Amino acid sequence: MIRIEPRQSSSALMTYGIPVFSAVISLLLAAIPLTLSGAPIGASYFEMFKGVFGSKFAFSEMLTRATPLIFTGLAAALAFRARLWNIGAEGQLYLGAMGAVAVGTGVFDVSGMFLIPIIMVMGCAAGASGMVIPTVLKTKFGADEVVTTLLLNFIILFFLQYMLEGPLKDPMGLGWPQSSPILDQGMLPTLMDRMRIHSGLIIALVCAVIAQFMLVRSVWGLKLRAIGENASAARHAGIRVNRTLMSAAIVSGALAGMAGVSEVAGLKGYLTSDLSPGFGYTGIVVAMLAGLSPLGVVAAAIFIASVFVGADSMSRAMGVSSYLEDLVVSTSLLCVLLGGFFARFKFVRVTQKKEVMQ
Amino acid sequence: MDILQILLSESFWAASLRIATPLIFGVLGALICEKSGVLNLGIEGIFVAGAMTGWMAVWLGAGLWGGVLFATLAGGFFGLIHAILTVPLGLSQHVSGLGVTLFATSVSYFSYRTALPTVTSPPRIEPFRPLDIPILSDLPFFGPVLFQQTAMTWLALFMVGLVWYVFNRMALGVAIKAVGDNPNSIDAQGLSVYAFRIGSVVAGSALMALGGAFLTMSAFDAFFFGMVNGRGWVCIALVIFASWRPGKALLGALLFGAFDALQVRLQTEVGALVPSQVFLAAPYVLSIFALVIVARSADYPRALLTPWFKGQR
Repeated sequence: MIRIEPRQSSSALMTYGIPVFSAVISLLLAAIPLTLSGAPIGASYFEMFKGVFGSKFAFSEMLTRATPLIFTGLAAALAFRARLWNIGAEGQLYLGAMGAVAVGTGVFDVSGMFLIPIIMVMGCAAGASGMVIPTVLKTKFGADEVVTTLLLNFIILFFLQYMLEGPLKDPMGLGWPQSSPILDQGMLPTLMDRMRIHSGLIIALVCAVIAQFMLVRSVWGLKLRAIGENASAARHAGIRVNRTLMSAAIVSGALAGMAGVSEVAGLKGYLTSDLSPGFGYTGIVVAMLAGLSPLGVVAAAIFIASVFVGADSMSRAMGVSSYLEDLVVSTSLLCVLLGGFFARFKFVRVTQKKEVMQ
Repeated sequence: MDILQILLSESFWAASLRIATPLIFGVLGALICEKSGVLNLGIEGIFVAGAMTGWMAVWLGAGLWGGVLFATLAGGFFGLIHAILTVPLGLSQHVSGLGVTLFATSVSYFSYRTALPTVTSPPRIEPFRPLDIPILSDLPFFGPVLFQQTAMTWLALFMVGLVWYVFNRMALGVAIKAVGDNPNSIDAQGLSVYAFRIGSVVAGSALMALGGAFLTMSAFDAFFFGMVNGRGWVCIALVIFASWRPGKALLGALLFGAFDALQVRLQTEVGALVPSQVFLAAPYVLSIFALVIVARSADYPRALLTPWFKGQR
């Protein structure tokens, strides 16, 4: 008989090796759908690689794609650490983007030195509000935040459509449901000439470093992790659980909101209802690949962004459906979940003799 | 007065029942999974998989009931993935469920696009026709409401009765409830907690897939990207609202269906005064409200979300 037993300690090799291993496996598994769609395997992988590392432009595109994923990945990682299941980053991203265009398109015609911070604060506040509501419903009424955040995503999307057809609509937009453009001085500066990569990436990296420090070294991070390990024990230890959860919710929502700010004020310039191709949901995959570690989120976001950008250019070159990228991303989540099991548990063969001895 | 007129019309109740049908399948499926102690957030993706597989099977010539069969098989397959990850391996039910949703959705979309790379308008199938039963169909009010539904709606209503019967009159149902409340009691009787949980998740997921299949094989006649649009998540809210009872699950699904049908009709009545998005978002807002109202008193299966390992107490 085979029994499952927890490992006494998890080695560093396991902690770092498993996410990398999972990522590699999910890439290798892509060979199956590639074969099914009749594309040559070797050439496809080469195209994928070329799509990310083939040129300076390709690489900068990958980093541009990674930027919102770092934000949403951090949003998920911090909340999940406290076992606050924020599945609503997609909606919070759009709230953040709406906050950004609400103040960034001409309400305050001030210099960029003031306008950029105003846009960021507004976007973060809007994103945070999207997570405060479900957290209040959780702590006051006991309503499961998984369901409420998931449903809020749809409600926020309808709200977005209303705003883009009404109050936020661009009067010069020829009737399209899109917002006015953000003022030039409100746009996050680009990092390289003739490339789309913008300083949202720098902000994302700074956020990751701060989040890592706060989580590992601060009292707040300790409380957060204590609640995640065992909420009732944390309560007995004198931690104000609801208050800490609320602070985690605000930070998580604000980070997701920053993803929206960075996309709209760093990349697109105006808001449409297809700003995010599921960055909020993909952020959960990023966080899990990262083992819920903020610095790990950066690495995981770069991997996922590489898959997106590489598979995208490969699928165009090879005529394979671009849904392949979603397939690889979802497989990597299942792989890392499975890998996490092997990091924490081991299979032990229990012989009959041993059972008698017990 | 307009609202009263709507509420008394046959077409309104026929539409309510039609909108409720996929939710009935979904809520029952989620109920079976959760009764055994496993939350299945794979539901949204399993809906997509059921919708795609059922449609594709019919399109390839398997016949409508062949489509139903393949949809349940697809649901069972994705359910099995979730079951293996969460039951014997005891991994996070939240994350595994979301993973299954992402996986099932991307597999479905990828297969659809690979099978039909170039089509611009989705190919149509001949969907289930309303069951026209002589004499009964001619009854006033009930005739049009009940007897203009397709066989899948009848199947959904039958399933409500079947699930109720299993949980209230059969030893199997009692055992599944025990597994979800106190797995040690089942283990002590020499029964396999793993087998009951895996079986429940697979069966529940197969049922969820029928909710998706209804969309492509009865409500519409083609597969569209994004057609599930949160229906699966609504089911997760409704199962809490229903307090894990099949009868209340039917009631919850019907209420949701009625509300959805009402908002469409109100939209045409007062559409000029209120933005249409208010009506579109209303069913989702209602789901959250329903959840908030019952959350404290809900009778959660006590071992929900708690993994169980053999030989560890």
